[in-house]
Amino acid sequence: MSERELDVPPLLERMAAGLTRELERRDGGPPILVGVHTGGVWVAQALHERLRARPPLGTLEVAFYRDDHATSGLKAAVRTSEVPFTVDGRTVILCDDIIHTGRTARAALNALFDYGRPAAVLLAVLVDRDARELPIQPDVCGECLELAARQRLKLHGPDPLRLTLEEASP
Amino acid sequence: MSVQLDAQGNLRHLLTTEGLPRELLTRILDTAGSFSGVIGKSVKKVPLLRGRTIINLFFEPSTRTRTTFELAAQRLSADVLNIDVASSSTSKGESLLDMLRNLEAMQCDAFVVRHADSGAAEFIARHAAPGVAVVNAGDGRHAHPTQALLDAFTIRHEKGALEPLTIAIVGDILHSRVARSQIHALRGLGAGEIRAIAPRTLQPRGIEQLGVRLYEDMDAGLEGADVVIMLRLQRERMRGALLPSEGEFFSRYGLTEQRLERTHPQAIVMHPGPVNRGVELDPRVADGPRSVILQQVTNGIAVRMAVMSMVLGGQGEAAPASIEEVAG
Repeated sequence: MSERELDVPPLLERMAAGLTRELERRDGGPPILVGVHTGGVWVAQALHERLRARPPLGTLEVAFYRDDHATSGLKAAVRTSEVPFTVDGRTVILCDDIIHTGRTARAALNALFDYGRPAAVLLAVLVDRDARELPIQPDVCGECLELAARQRLKLHGPDPLRLTLEEASP
Repeated sequence: MSVQLDAQGNLRHLLTTEGLPRELLTRILDTAGSFSGVIGKSVKKVPLLRGRTIINLFFEPSTRTRTTFELAAQRLSADVLNIDVASSSTSKGESLLDMLRNLEAMQCDAFVVRHADSGAAEFIARHAAPGVAVVNAGDGRHAHPTQALLDAFTIRHEKGALEPLTIAIVGDILHSRVARSQIHALRGLGAGEIRAIAPRTLQPRGIEQLGVRLYEDMDAGLEGADVVIMLRLQRERMRGALLPSEGEFFSRYGLTEQRLERTHPQAIVMHPGPVNRGVELDPRVADGPRSVILQQVTNGIAVRMAVMSMVLGGQGEAAPASIEEVAG
Protein backbone atom coordinates (compact mmCIF):
# COMPACT_ATOMS: atom_id res chain seq x y z
CA MET A 1 0.00 0.00 0.00
CA SER A 2 1.48 3.33 -1.05
CA GLU A 3 0.04 6.73 -0.29
CA ARG A 4 0.65 10.18 -1.66
CA GLU A 5 -0.98 13.46 -0.92
CA LEU A 6 -2.35 16.04 -3.34
CA ASP A 7 -2.15 19.73 -2.55
CA VAL A 8 -5.70 21.05 -1.97
CA PRO A 9 -5.48 24.90 -2.02
CA PRO A 10 -4.47 25.18 -5.72
CA LEU A 11 -7.45 22.98 -6.63
CA LEU A 12 -9.78 25.25 -4.67
CA GLU A 13 -8.28 28.34 -6.38
CA ARG A 14 -8.87 26.77 -9.76
CA MET A 15 -12.47 25.95 -8.80
CA ALA A 16 -13.11 29.50 -7.50
CA ALA A 17 -11.69 31.03 -10.70
CA GLY A 18 -13.74 28.67 -12.87
CA LEU A 19 -16.92 29.43 -10.93
CA THR A 20 -16.34 33.19 -11.11
CA ARG A 21 -15.98 32.97 -14.89
CA GLU A 22 -19.02 30.73 -15.20
CA LEU A 23 -21.20 32.99 -13.03
CA GLU A 24 -20.18 36.12 -14.95
CA ARG A 25 -21.02 34.41 -18.21
CA ARG A 26 -24.45 33.43 -16.92
CA ASP A 27 -25.30 36.63 -15.06
CA GLY A 28 -27.82 34.82 -12.85
CA GLY A 29 -27.59 36.91 -9.68
CA PRO A 30 -25.77 35.97 -6.49
CA PRO A 31 -25.36 32.17 -6.24
CA ILE A 32 -26.02 29.97 -3.24
CA LEU A 33 -23.68 27.17 -2.24
CA VAL A 34 -24.84 23.71 -1.25
CA GLY A 35 -22.40 21.00 -0.19
CA VAL A 36 -22.98 17.25 -0.24
CA HIS A 37 -22.17 15.62 3.12
CA THR A 38 -19.44 15.27 4.20
CA GLY A 39 -16.53 16.15 1.93
CA GLY A 40 -18.68 18.34 -0.30
CA VAL A 41 -19.63 20.49 2.69
CA TRP A 42 -15.95 21.16 3.42
CA VAL A 43 -15.40 22.09 -0.22
CA ALA A 44 -18.46 24.36 -0.17
CA GLN A 45 -17.17 26.08 2.98
CA ALA A 46 -13.79 26.70 1.36
CA LEU A 47 -15.42 28.08 -1.80
CA HIS A 48 -17.86 30.16 0.24
CA GLU A 49 -14.92 32.15 1.61
CA ARG A 50 -13.15 32.43 -1.73
CA LEU A 51 -16.26 33.55 -3.64
CA ARG A 52 -17.31 35.84 -0.78
CA ALA A 53 -20.83 34.43 -1.19
CA ARG A 54 -23.35 36.00 1.14
CA PRO A 55 -26.24 33.68 2.04
CA PRO A 56 -25.72 30.84 4.52
CA LEU A 57 -24.39 27.56 3.24
CA GLY A 58 -26.73 24.66 2.48
CA THR A 59 -25.89 21.04 3.20
CA LEU A 60 -27.39 17.95 1.63
CA GLU A 61 -27.51 14.41 2.97
CA VAL A 62 -28.14 12.19 -0.03
CA ALA A 63 -28.35 8.84 1.78
CA PHE A 64 -32.14 8.80 1.39
CA TYR A 65 -31.84 9.38 -2.37
CA ARG A 66 -29.23 6.78 -3.23
CA ASP A 67 -30.00 3.98 -5.67
CA ASP A 68 -28.14 1.31 -3.72
CA HIS A 69 -30.26 1.22 -0.54
CA ALA A 70 -31.84 -2.10 -1.49
CA THR A 71 -28.40 -3.71 -1.79
CA SER A 72 -26.16 -1.74 0.57
CA GLY A 73 -28.54 -0.26 3.15
CA LEU A 74 -28.03 2.99 4.97
CA LYS A 75 -24.51 4.03 5.87
CA ALA A 76 -23.73 4.27 9.58
CA ALA A 77 -23.56 8.02 9.99
CA VAL A 78 -26.46 9.76 8.31
CA ARG A 79 -26.40 13.53 8.67
CA THR A 80 -29.10 16.13 8.26
CA SER A 81 -29.84 18.20 5.19
CA GLU A 82 -30.10 21.89 5.92
CA VAL A 83 -31.20 24.27 3.23
CA PRO A 84 -32.10 27.38 5.24
CA PHE A 85 -33.19 29.48 2.25
CA THR A 86 -35.44 29.17 -0.76
CA VAL A 87 -33.80 27.66 -3.81
CA ASP A 88 -36.61 28.76 -6.15
CA GLY A 89 -35.22 30.86 -8.97
CA ARG A 90 -31.66 30.89 -7.58
CA THR A 91 -28.41 29.71 -9.10
CA VAL A 92 -27.19 26.86 -6.93
CA ILE A 93 -23.57 25.73 -6.86
CA LEU A 94 -23.67 22.09 -5.85
CA CYS A 95 -20.31 21.10 -4.35
CA ASP A 96 -18.81 17.69 -3.83
CA ASP A 97 -15.32 16.45 -3.17
CA ILE A 98 -15.02 13.73 -5.80
CA ILE A 99 -17.18 12.80 -8.76
CA HIS A 100 -16.67 9.21 -9.81
CA THR A 101 -19.63 7.18 -11.02
CA GLY A 102 -21.96 10.20 -10.93
CA ARG A 103 -24.50 8.41 -8.74
CA THR A 104 -24.01 10.70 -5.75
CA ALA A 105 -24.49 13.76 -8.00
CA ARG A 106 -27.69 12.21 -9.37
CA ALA A 107 -28.97 11.63 -5.81
CA ALA A 108 -27.95 15.17 -4.80
CA LEU A 109 -29.86 16.71 -7.71
CA ASN A 110 -32.99 14.82 -6.71
CA ALA A 111 -32.53 15.84 -3.07
CA LEU A 112 -32.05 19.47 -4.07
CA PHE A 113 -35.21 19.57 -6.18
CA ASP A 114 -37.28 18.49 -3.18
CA TYR A 115 -36.56 21.97 -1.80
CA GLY A 116 -37.82 23.80 -4.86
CA ARG A 117 -36.93 24.75 -8.43
CA PRO A 118 -33.56 26.44 -8.84
CA ALA A 119 -33.00 28.65 -11.91
CA ALA A 120 -29.78 26.76 -12.58
CA VAL A 121 -27.49 24.26 -10.90
CA LEU A 122 -23.73 24.21 -11.38
CA LEU A 123 -21.79 21.15 -10.30
CA ALA A 124 -18.40 21.94 -8.77
CA VAL A 125 -16.05 19.19 -7.65
CA LEU A 126 -12.55 19.11 -6.25
CA VAL A 127 -11.55 16.07 -8.31
CA ASP A 128 -13.14 14.51 -11.36
CA ARG A 129 -12.03 10.91 -11.49
CA ASP A 130 -13.19 8.99 -14.51
CA ALA A 131 -15.38 5.87 -14.71
CA ARG A 132 -18.72 7.66 -14.93
CA GLU A 133 -21.79 5.43 -14.99
CA LEU A 134 -24.26 8.25 -15.66
CA PRO A 135 -24.30 11.15 -18.15
CA ILE A 136 -23.45 13.78 -15.50
CA GLN A 137 -20.37 16.04 -15.87
CA PRO A 138 -19.09 18.74 -13.52
CA ASP A 139 -19.16 22.36 -14.70
CA VAL A 140 -16.03 23.14 -12.72
CA CYS A 141 -13.37 20.87 -11.28
CA GLY A 142 -10.09 21.41 -9.47
CA GLU A 143 -8.34 18.49 -11.12
CA CYS A 144 -9.16 15.65 -13.50
CA LEU A 145 -7.50 12.33 -12.71
CA GLU A 146 -7.56 9.03 -14.51
CA LEU A 147 -7.26 6.44 -11.79
CA ALA A 148 -7.25 2.68 -11.68
CA ALA A 149 -9.93 0.89 -9.68
CA ARG A 150 -7.38 -0.12 -7.00
CA GLN A 151 -6.53 3.53 -6.32
CA ARG A 152 -8.49 5.17 -3.51
CA LEU A 153 -8.91 8.90 -3.39
CA LYS A 154 -10.15 10.41 -0.13
CA LEU A 155 -10.64 13.90 1.24
CA HIS A 156 -9.90 14.37 4.96
CA GLY A 157 -11.03 17.46 6.85
CA PRO A 158 -12.39 19.84 7.75
CA ASP A 159 -9.20 21.59 8.85
CA PRO A 160 -6.79 21.20 7.21
CA LEU A 161 -8.23 19.66 4.05
CA ARG A 162 -6.03 16.79 2.91
CA LEU A 163 -6.51 14.76 -0.23
CA THR A 164 -4.85 11.35 -0.20
CA LEU A 165 -4.37 8.85 -2.99
CA GLU A 166 -3.85 5.32 -1.78
CA GLU A 167 -2.82 2.49 -3.96
CA ALA A 168 -3.41 -1.09 -2.92
CA SER A 169 -0.64 -3.45 -4.07
CA PRO A 170 -1.80 -5.20 -7.24
CA MET B 1 -33.02 -12.01 20.93
CA SER B 2 -30.83 -12.84 17.95
CA VAL B 3 -33.58 -13.17 15.35
CA GLN B 4 -33.71 -9.41 14.97
CA LEU B 5 -30.02 -8.95 14.10
CA ASP B 6 -28.06 -10.50 11.24
CA ALA B 7 -24.56 -11.94 11.54
CA GLN B 8 -23.00 -8.48 11.03
CA GLY B 9 -25.17 -6.97 13.78
CA ASN B 10 -27.46 -5.08 11.37
CA LEU B 11 -31.16 -4.72 12.15
CA ARG B 12 -33.17 -7.37 10.24
CA HIS B 13 -36.40 -7.08 12.25
CA LEU B 14 -37.31 -4.86 15.18
CA LEU B 15 -39.09 -6.96 17.79
CA THR B 16 -37.85 -5.63 21.11
CA THR B 17 -35.44 -3.07 22.50
CA GLU B 18 -34.10 -5.70 24.89
CA GLY B 19 -30.49 -6.55 24.17
CA LEU B 20 -30.00 -4.04 21.37
CA PRO B 21 -26.43 -2.76 21.51
CA ARG B 22 -25.96 0.88 22.44
CA GLU B 23 -24.29 1.66 19.13
CA LEU B 24 -27.32 0.40 17.20
CA LEU B 25 -29.80 2.25 19.44
CA THR B 26 -27.81 5.45 18.91
CA ARG B 27 -27.71 4.83 15.19
CA ILE B 28 -31.50 4.50 15.04
CA LEU B 29 -31.93 7.81 16.91
CA ASP B 30 -29.33 9.58 14.73
CA THR B 31 -31.00 8.34 11.56
CA ALA B 32 -34.36 9.49 12.91
CA GLY B 33 -32.82 12.92 13.56
CA SER B 34 -31.85 13.08 9.93
CA PHE B 35 -35.34 12.08 8.82
CA SER B 36 -36.94 14.76 10.97
CA GLY B 37 -35.38 17.25 8.53
CA VAL B 38 -37.38 15.69 5.70
CA ILE B 39 -40.57 17.04 7.19
CA GLY B 40 -39.32 20.62 6.80
CA LYS B 41 -38.89 20.41 3.00
CA SER B 42 -41.38 21.56 0.40
CA VAL B 43 -41.58 17.91 -0.74
CA LYS B 44 -42.06 15.96 2.49
CA LYS B 45 -40.92 12.68 1.00
CA VAL B 46 -37.76 10.84 0.10
CA PRO B 47 -37.60 8.12 -2.57
CA LEU B 48 -35.74 5.62 -0.37
CA LEU B 49 -38.32 2.82 -0.34
CA ARG B 50 -39.90 3.45 -3.73
CA GLY B 51 -41.31 0.25 -5.12
CA ARG B 52 -41.33 -1.54 -1.76
CA THR B 53 -44.55 -2.68 -0.10
CA ILE B 54 -45.24 -2.50 3.62
CA ILE B 55 -48.25 -4.15 5.19
CA ASN B 56 -49.64 -2.85 8.48
CA LEU B 57 -51.04 -5.98 10.07
CA PHE B 58 -53.09 -4.90 13.05
CA PHE B 59 -54.78 -7.59 15.12
CA GLU B 60 -55.55 -5.00 17.80
CA PRO B 61 -57.10 -1.58 17.27
CA SER B 62 -54.78 1.41 17.19
CA THR B 63 -55.11 4.85 15.69
CA ARG B 64 -51.95 6.73 16.50
CA THR B 65 -49.43 3.97 16.03
CA ARG B 66 -50.96 2.75 12.79
CA THR B 67 -51.32 6.25 11.38
CA THR B 68 -47.75 7.22 12.14
CA PHE B 69 -46.43 3.95 10.69
CA GLU B 70 -48.50 4.63 7.59
CA LEU B 71 -47.26 8.22 7.27
CA ALA B 72 -43.67 7.09 7.86
CA ALA B 73 -43.94 4.52 5.06
CA GLN B 74 -45.50 7.06 2.72
CA ARG B 75 -42.80 9.62 3.43
CA LEU B 76 -40.29 6.96 2.43
CA SER B 77 -42.28 6.48 -0.82
CA ALA B 78 -43.24 2.89 0.01
CA ASP B 79 -46.65 1.48 -0.86
CA VAL B 80 -48.66 0.76 2.28
CA LEU B 81 -51.54 -1.54 2.87
CA ASN B 82 -53.54 -1.53 6.11
CA ILE B 83 -55.10 -4.77 7.18
CA ASP B 84 -57.41 -4.73 10.14
CA VAL B 85 -57.38 -8.39 11.04
CA ALA B 86 -59.87 -8.28 13.88
CA SER B 87 -62.58 -7.97 11.26
CA SER B 88 -60.84 -10.05 8.61
CA SER B 89 -59.92 -13.59 7.75
CA THR B 90 -58.87 -15.00 11.12
CA SER B 91 -62.55 -14.78 11.92
CA LYS B 92 -63.10 -17.07 8.91
CA GLY B 93 -60.74 -19.59 10.47
CA GLU B 94 -57.67 -18.83 8.40
CA SER B 95 -54.55 -19.50 10.43
CA LEU B 96 -51.91 -16.85 11.00
CA LEU B 97 -49.37 -18.74 8.88
CA ASP B 98 -51.83 -19.13 6.00
CA MET B 99 -52.45 -15.44 6.09
CA LEU B 100 -48.72 -14.74 6.16
CA ARG B 101 -48.05 -16.95 3.13
CA ASN B 102 -50.87 -15.30 1.19
CA LEU B 103 -49.61 -11.82 1.94
CA GLU B 104 -46.04 -12.82 1.05
CA ALA B 105 -47.36 -14.19 -2.24
CA MET B 106 -48.42 -10.62 -2.95
CA GLN B 107 -44.70 -9.70 -2.87
CA CYS B 108 -44.65 -7.53 0.22
CA ASP B 109 -41.34 -6.51 1.80
CA ALA B 110 -42.28 -5.83 5.42
CA PHE B 111 -44.94 -6.42 8.01
CA VAL B 112 -45.72 -4.00 10.80
CA VAL B 113 -47.47 -6.16 13.38
CA ARG B 114 -49.64 -5.36 16.36
CA HIS B 115 -51.12 -8.28 18.26
CA ALA B 116 -52.69 -8.92 21.65
CA ASP B 117 -50.43 -11.94 22.26
CA SER B 118 -46.89 -11.55 23.57
CA GLY B 119 -44.43 -13.03 21.08
CA ALA B 120 -46.68 -12.69 18.02
CA ALA B 121 -44.26 -10.45 16.13
CA GLU B 122 -41.35 -12.79 16.82
CA PHE B 123 -43.43 -15.75 15.65
CA ILE B 124 -44.11 -13.97 12.37
CA ALA B 125 -40.46 -12.96 12.02
CA ARG B 126 -39.34 -16.57 12.49
CA HIS B 127 -41.75 -17.79 9.83
CA ALA B 128 -41.48 -14.94 7.35
CA ALA B 129 -39.83 -15.55 4.00
CA PRO B 130 -36.15 -14.54 3.73
CA GLY B 131 -35.86 -10.85 2.98
CA VAL B 132 -39.21 -9.98 4.54
CA ALA B 133 -38.79 -7.72 7.57
CA VAL B 134 -41.03 -7.56 10.63
CA VAL B 135 -41.49 -4.54 12.89
CA ASN B 136 -43.28 -5.04 16.18
CA ALA B 137 -45.92 -2.36 16.75
CA GLY B 138 -46.89 -3.81 20.14
CA ASP B 139 -47.34 -7.43 21.22
CA GLY B 140 -49.37 -8.24 24.32
CA ARG B 141 -47.57 -7.20 27.49
CA HIS B 142 -44.20 -7.91 25.92
CA ALA B 143 -42.81 -5.01 23.89
CA HIS B 144 -43.53 -1.85 21.92
CA PRO B 145 -40.07 -0.98 20.65
CA THR B 146 -40.84 1.93 18.30
CA GLN B 147 -42.74 3.71 21.09
CA ALA B 148 -39.75 3.31 23.40
CA LEU B 149 -37.37 4.56 20.70
CA LEU B 150 -39.47 7.61 19.94
CA ASP B 151 -39.59 8.35 23.66
CA ALA B 152 -35.81 8.06 23.89
CA PHE B 153 -35.51 10.27 20.80
CA THR B 154 -37.81 12.87 22.37
CA ILE B 155 -35.86 12.84 25.64
CA ARG B 156 -32.55 13.21 23.82
CA HIS B 157 -33.96 15.99 21.67
CA GLU B 158 -35.41 17.92 24.63
CA LYS B 159 -32.76 17.26 27.28
CA GLY B 160 -29.57 16.27 25.45
CA ALA B 161 -27.41 13.36 26.64
CA LEU B 162 -29.21 10.69 28.66
CA GLU B 163 -26.40 9.89 31.09
CA PRO B 164 -27.10 12.62 33.69
CA LEU B 165 -30.89 12.26 33.58
CA THR B 166 -33.30 10.86 36.15
CA ILE B 167 -36.33 9.41 34.39
CA ALA B 168 -39.48 8.41 36.29
CA ILE B 169 -42.01 6.07 34.71
CA VAL B 170 -45.39 6.20 36.46
CA GLY B 171 -48.43 3.95 36.36
CA ASP B 172 -49.35 0.41 35.45
CA ILE B 173 -45.81 -0.90 34.94
CA LEU B 174 -46.96 -4.50 35.34
CA HIS B 175 -49.13 -4.63 32.23
CA SER B 176 -47.22 -2.13 30.15
CA ARG B 177 -45.29 -3.24 27.08
CA VAL B 178 -44.38 0.42 26.66
CA ALA B 179 -42.70 0.57 30.09
CA ARG B 180 -40.78 -2.66 29.50
CA SER B 181 -39.46 -1.45 26.15
CA GLN B 182 -38.64 1.97 27.57
CA ILE B 183 -36.62 0.49 30.40
CA HIS B 184 -34.58 -1.68 28.00
CA ALA B 185 -34.03 1.17 25.54
CA LEU B 186 -33.13 3.77 28.19
CA ARG B 187 -30.82 1.30 29.95
CA GLY B 188 -29.20 0.43 26.64
CA LEU B 189 -28.65 4.11 25.90
CA GLY B 190 -27.01 4.68 29.28
CA ALA B 191 -29.69 6.76 31.03
CA GLY B 192 -28.57 7.88 34.49
CA GLU B 193 -31.35 6.71 36.78
CA ILE B 194 -34.63 5.03 35.92
CA ARG B 195 -37.42 4.99 38.48
CA ALA B 196 -40.66 3.03 38.32
CA ILE B 197 -43.52 4.49 40.34
CA ALA B 198 -46.53 2.22 40.81
CA PRO B 199 -48.84 0.75 43.43
CA ARG B 200 -47.50 -2.53 44.77
CA THR B 201 -50.15 -4.50 42.86
CA LEU B 202 -48.88 -3.07 39.55
CA GLN B 203 -45.14 -3.52 40.17
CA PRO B 204 -43.69 -6.40 38.15
CA ARG B 205 -41.52 -8.78 40.11
CA GLY B 206 -37.78 -8.66 39.48
CA ILE B 207 -37.81 -5.28 37.78
CA GLU B 208 -35.00 -4.06 40.07
CA GLN B 209 -32.72 -6.51 38.28
CA LEU B 210 -33.02 -4.30 35.20
CA GLY B 211 -31.45 -1.49 37.22
CA VAL B 212 -34.72 0.26 38.01
CA ARG B 213 -35.50 1.88 41.38
CA LEU B 214 -39.01 1.12 42.58
CA TYR B 215 -41.24 3.62 44.37
CA GLU B 216 -44.71 3.15 45.74
CA ASP B 217 -44.95 6.75 46.90
CA MET B 218 -45.25 9.08 43.93
CA ASP B 219 -44.01 12.23 45.65
CA ALA B 220 -40.79 10.48 46.67
CA GLY B 221 -40.32 9.03 43.18
CA LEU B 222 -40.75 12.38 41.45
CA GLU B 223 -38.18 14.17 43.61
CA GLY B 224 -35.70 15.86 41.25
CA ALA B 225 -36.76 13.89 38.17
CA ASP B 226 -35.80 15.38 34.77
CA VAL B 227 -38.33 13.39 32.80
CA VAL B 228 -41.74 12.07 33.91
CA ILE B 229 -43.29 9.43 31.70
CA MET B 230 -46.93 8.75 32.54
CA LEU B 231 -48.30 5.41 31.33
CA ARG B 232 -51.79 4.93 30.03
CA LEU B 233 -54.03 3.19 32.52
CA GLN B 234 -55.77 0.33 30.74
CA ARG B 235 -59.31 0.75 32.01
CA GLU B 236 -60.13 -2.89 31.35
CA ARG B 237 -57.50 -3.90 33.91
CA MET B 238 -59.28 -1.97 36.63
CA ARG B 239 -62.03 -4.50 36.68
CA GLY B 240 -59.52 -7.12 37.74
CA ALA B 241 -59.53 -5.62 41.26
CA LEU B 242 -55.94 -4.45 40.94
CA LEU B 243 -57.11 -0.94 41.71
CA PRO B 244 -60.15 0.29 43.57
CA SER B 245 -61.19 3.12 41.26
CA GLU B 246 -59.99 5.69 38.75
CA GLY B 247 -60.62 8.41 41.31
CA GLU B 248 -58.35 6.78 43.85
CA PHE B 249 -55.70 6.11 41.23
CA PHE B 250 -55.67 9.78 40.28
CA SER B 251 -55.45 10.89 43.90
CA ARG B 252 -52.38 8.71 44.47
CA TYR B 253 -50.69 8.54 41.04
CA GLY B 254 -52.22 11.27 38.89
CA LEU B 255 -49.79 13.97 37.78
CA THR B 256 -50.98 17.36 38.99
CA GLU B 257 -49.29 20.75 38.83
CA GLN B 258 -48.66 20.50 42.56
CA ARG B 259 -46.89 17.14 42.24
CA LEU B 260 -44.90 18.40 39.28
CA GLU B 261 -43.26 20.93 41.62
CA ARG B 262 -41.25 18.09 43.14
CA THR B 263 -39.47 17.44 39.85
CA HIS B 264 -36.58 19.37 38.36
CA PRO B 265 -37.80 22.86 37.34
CA GLN B 266 -37.16 22.06 33.66
CA ALA B 267 -38.61 18.56 33.78
CA ILE B 268 -40.62 17.38 30.79
CA VAL B 269 -43.84 15.36 30.91
CA MET B 270 -44.47 12.52 28.47
CA HIS B 271 -47.31 10.10 27.75
CA PRO B 272 -47.62 7.50 24.97
CA GLY B 273 -51.23 8.52 24.37
CA PRO B 274 -54.11 8.54 24.26
CA VAL B 275 -54.34 10.37 27.61
CA ASN B 276 -57.13 9.56 30.04
CA ARG B 277 -57.58 13.10 31.29
CA GLY B 278 -58.24 13.22 34.99
CA VAL B 279 -56.99 9.63 35.45
CA GLU B 280 -53.24 9.76 34.71
CA LEU B 281 -52.84 13.45 34.06
CA ASP B 282 -54.46 16.65 35.20
CA PRO B 283 -55.55 18.32 31.92
CA ARG B 284 -53.59 21.43 32.95
CA VAL B 285 -50.42 19.34 32.99
CA ALA B 286 -51.28 17.47 29.79
CA ASP B 287 -51.72 20.79 27.95
CA GLY B 288 -49.14 22.71 29.99
CA PRO B 289 -45.74 24.07 29.01
CA ARG B 290 -43.81 21.03 30.29
CA SER B 291 -45.81 18.57 28.20
CA VAL B 292 -44.05 17.17 25.11
CA ILE B 293 -46.85 14.72 24.34
CA LEU B 294 -47.53 16.11 20.87
CA GLN B 295 -43.80 16.29 20.06
CA GLN B 296 -43.73 12.56 20.82
CA VAL B 297 -46.34 12.00 18.12
CA THR B 298 -44.35 14.03 15.58
CA ASN B 299 -41.09 12.31 16.50
CA GLY B 300 -42.81 8.95 16.10
CA ILE B 301 -42.91 9.45 12.35
CA ALA B 302 -39.16 10.12 12.01
CA VAL B 303 -38.27 7.22 14.32
CA ARG B 304 -40.50 4.82 12.37
CA MET B 305 -38.96 6.06 9.12
CA ALA B 306 -35.52 5.28 10.54
CA VAL B 307 -36.52 1.78 11.65
CA MET B 308 -38.18 0.90 8.35
CA SER B 309 -35.32 2.22 6.27
CA MET B 310 -32.89 0.18 8.36
CA VAL B 311 -34.76 -3.14 8.31
CA LEU B 312 -35.44 -2.77 4.58
CA GLY B 313 -31.93 -1.69 3.61
CA GLY B 314 -29.71 -4.28 1.97
CA GLN B 315 -26.73 -5.29 4.07
CA GLY B 316 -24.17 -5.35 1.25
CA GLU B 317 -21.29 -7.83 1.20
CA ALA B 318 -19.03 -5.85 3.47
CA ALA B 319 -19.58 -2.38 4.81
CA PRO B 320 -17.50 0.00 2.67
CA ALA B 321 -15.08 2.23 4.56
CA SER B 322 -16.60 5.29 2.97
CA ILE B 323 -19.62 5.69 0.78
CA GLU B 324 -17.87 8.37 -1.30
CA GLU B 325 -15.40 5.85 -2.56
CA VAL B 326 -18.06 3.49 -3.77
CA ALA B 327 -20.00 5.95 -5.81
CA GLY B 328 -18.23 9.30 -5.53
